[in-house]
Order: sequence, then structure tokens, then C-alpha cells
Amino acid sequence: MSSRDLRAGRTGVDRAGLVIAAALILAGLGIGLATWSGGTVAMNTPIGPKTVPYIIAAAFLLLGAFTVAAALRGDFPERERQDWPPMLWIIGGLVVQLLTMKTAGFAISTGLLFAATAKGFGRGPLWKTIPIGIVFAFLIWLIFAKGLQLTLPVGTMWERLLGSPAGG
Amino acid sequence: MDTFSLLAQGLVTALSPANLLYALIGVTLGTAVGVLPGIGPALTVALLLPVTYKLDPAGSMIMFAGIYYGGMYGGSTTSILLNTPGESASIVTALEGNKMARAGRGGPALATAAIGSFVAGLLATLGLAFIAPSVVKFALSFGPSEYFALMLLAFMTVSAAFGESTLRGLTSLVIGLALGLIGIDQLTGQARLTLGLPNLFDGISVTTLAVALFAIGETLAVVATHRFGGEKVEAIKGSVMMTREDWARSWKPWLRGTAIGFPIGAMPAGGADVSSFLSYSAEKNFAKYPEEFGKGAIEGVAGPEAANNAAAAGTLVPLLTLGLPTTATAAIMLAGFQQFGLQPGPLLFATNAPLVWGLIASLLVANLMLLVLNLPLIGLWVRLLTIPRPWLYAGILVFATLGTIGADGSTSMLAGVPISFGLGLLLLFGILGYLLRRFGYPIAPVVVGLILGPMAEKSLRQALQISQGDPSALFRSWIAIVLWVLALTALLLPLWLRARGRGKVLTQFATEED
Repeated sequence: MSSRDLRAGRTGVDRAGLVIAAALILAGLGIGLATWSGGTVAMNTPIGPKTVPYIIAAAFLLLGAFTVAAALRGDFPERERQDWPPMLWIIGGLVVQLLTMKTAGFAISTGLLFAATAKGFGRGPLWKTIPIGIVFAFLIWLIFAKGLQLTLPVGTMWERLLGSPAGG
Repeated sequence: MDTFSLLAQGLVTALSPANLLYALIGVTLGTAVGVLPGIGPALTVALLLPVTYKLDPAGSMIMFAGIYYGGMYGGSTTSILLNTPGESASIVTALEGNKMARAGRGGPALATAAIGSFVAGLLATLGLAFIAPSVVKFALSFGPSEYFALMLLAFMTVSAAFGESTLRGLTSLVIGLALGLIGIDQLTGQARLTLGLPNLFDGISVTTLAVALFAIGETLAVVATHRFGGEKVEAIKGSVMMTREDWARSWKPWLRGTAIGFPIGAMPAGGADVSSFLSYSAEKNFAKYPEEFGKGAIEGVAGPEAANNAAAAGTLVPLLTLGLPTTATAAIMLAGFQQFGLQPGPLLFATNAPLVWGLIASLLVANLMLLVLNLPLIGLWVRLLTIPRPWLYAGILVFATLGTIGADGSTSMLAGVPISFGLGLLLLFGILGYLLRRFGYPIAPVVVGLILGPMAEKSLRQALQISQGDPSALFRSWIAIVLWVLALTALLLPLWLRARGRGKVLTQFATEED
């Protein structure tokens, strides 16, 4: 959907393009270095576990070089203006969730993500959406963890509180 | 045994109550997600992978195929009534379909899309059944060097051939290939690019990557540009029945669409979008009333809808017979097979014939179910379109979490706090998915690269092991040479076309997320 509306060339140097090129070159150097310094398994095959990583590293360097050229030509699709606060709500929700998942459990941490996402899309207030989210996530947990035996964390906090190392 | 008796046996498998239920769940879910903007079939299959871990393989694959077909049907509803295609292959349908809906002819537009999809799905699935055995026979002669060349061709068509830029397509592919390297090397047991993290020894799970790129990346892109809300759902006025004239104007486009879509899907030549664009321009040329195009010509709905369904069935030909996925959805379905220890390809037809033919036969069943499900229940599907976006996306993220933890529930310590490692990857790749979208990089090559990369590496190393390091072994058979030439053409021809200012044609065919 997105890229289709943002075509049409721009002129001038694209700074973001240069950053992308730098990231690609760094990725190439990183993969090359990690492969070079990684341990070696003794073997007598002509092409070992390091060959393809070196090829990929070289590919990144090459793509990086071409991307520099593309950025200098301004050869990137035009971009829409971005609104950061809503995005930060969602990223923040995901960060909180991954930090609390193991301790507070699936229902609470996912409920928080639910509320943060709704907030990012302009729906609040949090004191209403957090309980809604927790109830919703708890129902999902019941269906999938109990019904379909998917392993979803209960939360160490609850296990300690309820005194049993409940599985599932 | 000939194809007929194999297919008949497959039908017996497909008609067992359990498999009928799986097919029904699949097509219902598929239609629902096809209708919902923001989720496509690729994401749905990825989310369901961990959930189906404990189900039986045949049932799960039947369900996945139902989702794939259902997603194609559902997408047309969204493009006709909302002008925002639910999945990329339906972009063309929106051109004429939405115009028809605004003119109060939404009913016949939906009907010609549904019936056309049925006709195309039926013919293309039969095509799959009859072509598959000969492709399998041919593919049995393939050695590692032929497979390597074949995968190279798939890499080039998926990343470089279509879309706005060869450079960005190839970059996406290489990102996917690099992610595929992470983990324990299959042949030697050496850990590669794991940064010393034991959580990475098993590699990056397809579910995590696909869910992050499609669900998180898309959500971030939508919320950052406020591309939500304010859309108008066209009410369906009048009857959904097609008039005699509608039928007369639809049947030829259905057949032409099928004839265009199936071969394009069956060759490793990109996904359903290409075929629907081709069908649209073909219908424009053949049309009796070309002046109606752009104002709601029924041919412009009938042809592309048939074409994209036929192409969806077509992509199952390389997937099942060669183990070669050419779209993101097919790549994730391949991961689904692997989850059950099955490797699609010619050998699967020999070792697990009942499963393969059960799957093919159930596609026929699913197709019929979709026709029955779609038109009478259209009111229900339209209601899905009215779910407020905040709740819709919040729900999508909850399910994204569920799928990710199901696929990778491992724990990692961060400054003494136990955190979910899978969710960390989800966030990281989600931001990657957003950046890819923002700067015009295609998503599908990343997913295909992750899945196909390790397979291609294995073939390459096996081929060179057999020849004891002599690289000329890669080009020793005619089949391999032809495939190499095709792969080079797929890389170089678009570059040449773009250099000559003919790139617009290719941009039209840009393969997007599914």
C-alpha cells in the first residue's frame, strides 16, 4: 500500500539514504569480522560453513556502495511526514511487554501493550483501556494456554504468590 | 496410478469430517483476514504456525491452504467496498470495483469477483493436479547443482525482477539471507553469527520474522502516517445477483484471467499481483466498451480477480513439486511443512502421497466452501470493515505476541531481569519492517531469503562436495545452465529496461507484502 503513493523522484542528496548505506556497510563488516574470528571446525570439505557468510558480507558491502550512489542521486521514493508520538506509544508498549512478560505474566504484560497500542491510535484513557486489555489478554491466555496447550508464561510473580510453580 | 485415481483418493481424505472442519476454519479465517485491512494471508499463516504445532500435519496444511484461498477472496470485498485493498493482489480490483460500488452496483461486483474466483480456483487447482506429476517426474532428475540454480532463479524473480528498484529488492533479499545464516550450521554443527547467545542457536524462527515484519512493521507505518479512519464503506445497494448481461460480460474475463494467472503463479515469477495487473490490461484491450474502464467496468473486476486466484493456486505448483516458495505466504507454508518434519518436493509425492493429494483435493473443497460462504454472508464480512482501527490494531498486536511466544518462548537475562527473548526479536524486526516500508524496500524477499537461504546454501555445498570443489560442476547439466541464464535475465533485463526509461511497466508489477 505504502510505497505506491510515494513515488516521484527527488533531487539532491538523500541523507537518510546515506545512513542506510552506512548501515549496510557496517552489517557487511560485522558479518565478515564475526565469521573471521569465529571458531573453526576441522573438516576436509572445499566449501565450509564460513564461505557463504563471507559471500553475504561481500554482498552487503557491494549493496552499501550502490546505495551511496543512489543516495547521492536522490534515488529514493519520496517519504510522507511521520508523526512520532503515536509510534513511540506502540514501541514503548512492546518494550514494557517484553520486560514484564516473564514476571507479570501474559495477561498483564499483553494488556499493557493493548492499551498502549490503542493510545497510539488515539483511543484512551489508559485507566479504561488497561483493564479492558488485561481482561482480553486473559481470555486469550485461557483459550490458547489451557485449550490449545500453547506455552504462555503465567508470570513468576503469580507463581510465587499462589505458591505453586504452575506450568503452562 | 493415474492422476484421477490419486485425486479421487485425495477427495476421500479431504472429505473426512476432521479435514472438512480444518478446511472450514481455514477459509473462514482466511476470508476474515482478507477482509480486514492491515492483515494478509502471510501474517495469518505465520501466526497460526505455532498454534498448529500439536495438530496433525494434513489438517494444518489443509487449514493453511484454506487461509491462502480465503484471503484472496476476502481481499476483493475490501477493495470493492472500501477502496483500500486488504491484500496487495486486490489493488487492481479496487480500480473498477470501487467505482461500481459507488454507482450502486456493489452487489454484482462482489458476485463477479466471488464466482470468478471460484471458476479460476477450480480450473487452476485441476491444473495443479494434472501438472504436478509431470513436474515431479522432471524434478526427480535434479541434483544439488540444479536445485541451487533453481533457487537462484527464485531469488532473482522475487527480489530483482519486479518492483521499483533492483537495488532495494536485492538489499531486502540479502538481509533475509543474512538472517538465515544465524544459528547452528546444518552440515558442520558450527555456530554462526549467534553473538554467543544460546537463544540464537536454533536460528531465527520464520514466525517471529514474518509476524514482526508484517504485523508490527505495518502497524507502526500506519500509525505514523495516520493512514487510518475516515474511510467510507460503500453500502451494498440493490441485489447481489448478476444480470444476464453481467454474466455475458464476465465469463470470458474469468477464463482469460485464469489462463493468465495460473502460468504466472506456476512459474517462479512473482506472486498474484503481477497476474492481476496483466489481466486488467488484457481486459482493457479486449473490452467491447473500453470507454467504461475507469468508470466501473465489470470486466475489470472479473478478470483480475480470476487471475489472482489462479495465480495463488499456481504458486502451489513450485511449492509442492519443487519445495520452492515464490511468495511470502508460500514461504511461510513451507516453514509449516518443515515444522512437521516434511520437506515439500518431488520426494514428498512418493513418500507421503496421501497427504499431498489430500491437500490438493481439499483445495477443491475449500474453493466450493468459499463460494457458499461468501455471497450469503457478505453482510457479516462488511461488518468486519467497521471495527474501529484502535481496537483492530491492538488486537493484531496481541495475537502477534501470542504467535511469537508460541514460536520462541525462551527467556534471556537483561541486567538481572528475566525478559522474553522472542519478544525482543519481535520488536527489533518490527522496527526493521517499519524502516523497510518507509524507505521503499520490499518485504517478501526478506521472508523468502530467510527460508530459502539455508536450503540454497545446502545445495551449493553438496554440489561442490560431490565435485570436490570444482565450481564447473554447477554448470554441467543443460537444465542448470538454462536456469542460470534465466536467473541472470531476471536480474539484468529489468536493469536495462529501467535504464531505458521503461521502468514504469515494472513498477506497476511491484510485488508487495503478500
